[in-house]
Amino acid sequence: MSTSQPDRELVVDGLSIRFGGLTAVESMSFHVAKGEILSLIGPNGAGKTSAFNAITGYIEPNGGTIAYRGIRLNGLKPSQIAAHGVVRTFQKTSVFMGQTAFDNVLLGLHLASRQRPLAIIFALPSVAREEKELAEEARRILAFVGLEARGALLASSLPYGELRLLEVAIALAAKPRLLLLDEPVSGMNPSETASFMQILARIRALDITVLLVEHDMKMVMGVSDRVICLNQGRIIADGPPAAIQSDREVIRAYLGERYTRAQD
Amino acid sequence: MKQGLTIAWLLFLASVPLWLNNLYVLHVLIMAGIFIIAAMSLNLLLGYTGQLSLGHVAFFGIGAYASSLASLGFAVHLLPDWQVSVDPKPVWFSMLCGTLIAGLCGWAIGRLSFKVRGAYFVIVTVSFAEVIRLVALNWVELTQGPMALNNIPYLRLGIPGLFELSFLRKPANYYLVLAVGVICYVVIRRLVHSRAGRAMIALRENEPLAASVGVDVTRYLVLATIVSAGMAGAAGALYAHYVRIVDPDVFLFIYTVTMVIMVVTGGKGTLAGPIVGGAIFGLLPETLRALEAPPEVQWVTYGVLMVLVVYFLPDGIVPALRNWWHGRSAVAAAPAPEQASTEAAR
Repeated sequence: MSTSQPDRELVVDGLSIRFGGLTAVESMSFHVAKGEILSLIGPNGAGKTSAFNAITGYIEPNGGTIAYRGIRLNGLKPSQIAAHGVVRTFQKTSVFMGQTAFDNVLLGLHLASRQRPLAIIFALPSVAREEKELAEEARRILAFVGLEARGALLASSLPYGELRLLEVAIALAAKPRLLLLDEPVSGMNPSETASFMQILARIRALDITVLLVEHDMKMVMGVSDRVICLNQGRIIADGPPAAIQSDREVIRAYLGERYTRAQD
Repeated sequence: MKQGLTIAWLLFLASVPLWLNNLYVLHVLIMAGIFIIAAMSLNLLLGYTGQLSLGHVAFFGIGAYASSLASLGFAVHLLPDWQVSVDPKPVWFSMLCGTLIAGLCGWAIGRLSFKVRGAYFVIVTVSFAEVIRLVALNWVELTQGPMALNNIPYLRLGIPGLFELSFLRKPANYYLVLAVGVICYVVIRRLVHSRAGRAMIALRENEPLAASVGVDVTRYLVLATIVSAGMAGAAGALYAHYVRIVDPDVFLFIYTVTMVIMVVTGGKGTLAGPIVGGAIFGLLPETLRALEAPPEVQWVTYGVLMVLVVYFLPDGIVPALRNWWHGRSAVAAAPAPEQASTEAAR
């Protein structure tokens, strides 16, 4: 399925996730096209983060397949999936708190680095050369998200909005081709959200496909090419932002049965 | 300036046997040095990957026993009618064997730790050390059990007929321990300032995030355990050929605890931490004895000092000193932030 249509970067087919008796995701099928920004929306508990976790290998799905550029991701470890270019951020702010912002990005550059243990122990010149390049790259990435002045500060001393930017910087350091952002602007104020949308536009200019989970509808409708709405583990709508906004099922999921009847 | 300080320290340490003519003090320094090497190896695991190995003395003891047995030669019946015998090997080769065998055991424990983390890892390592101790105590044919391995040969290096260095006397052993210590320090320093060390720090700080940027958690845990166990084994081999008698008591739990105390008080996850902690808690008991303090006062002092350090400097002595120093220099002149961060990354 994925090999026949080359513009389909990620194909999720019949994905099911159950936690004991609770069905988090029920035979969900969707795809992410190359270069697009696709948003997953839905009320709390709709299964958005569970789908994220399954795609990036943090939980084993109970059924269905996930394929990225024709490569089956089911059963791979998160680190292997990252090596294929599928990199995520986390819903709860997740950085290396005890390290400086600069070192955070340097830790994220793991996949960009090629040093072997023996080369490190014997301090081959290639290692020193690469370390220089990595430091340069880390500074570039920090500047990309606008944190160039924060490099020397401990992550734990950064304000919340900057922590969320640092998260994105760490993910970008892993050289993603498909970036999964899990509620990146939750808790940000409107001006921070606006500048985050600009960063998202620049990420897209780097030819990185983005899969976004977000509750901030202004942001979702502003940046997405396509929106998928989930409710109780199922896809209830899939289309461009404008169509989603007027979709009866979506309105019912968010606002309830009585609201849709009142509208009629 | 920092490099100059390191060289000055090294020169000072190298000069000690030249002006110190008290052999007992030199012996105390050698033993502290061996323990510092073991503590440095533990620091790689505890300080950088964040895994507490409470059986670290097992690797030390395995190194000591493997090196002694290879240098003495042995013959054991693995089955009633199948005898394996090994002829005595040169000591340098035996020490290498001790290091490698300890590293191999580290690999096995590291593979296990893939499944078990945290408290479970602690239990696995404690049990491992205890099982190894019981083997050393009861496999009399191989280890002589409580009768101990005696007359272990000392290290000789050289070209036959030309020259020979023999490591029988204390000054020679002091330099040997110093050299191995420096090598271990350099290896650890290079590791932690590289991709491998950053991967270890990443999985200590935030394992899910580390995995999400492509860090293969198992791989780096295993690497850390192999290097750490190998170094502990080298320290054990140094011990065996210096003291020249090895009994199952090298596996006592108290030695692991001593190493952990050295690492934690000095500052885990810092290069100098285990050296500072090891120097203080390795030399303190002997210093108190030299001051002719009664035994109970010695141990109370040891315990109280340890509690004070842990209570007032929870991150350890080295990080506390570093913060104090940075605080002072920050008042003197605000450093360029970018430069400071690259230096921290080096």
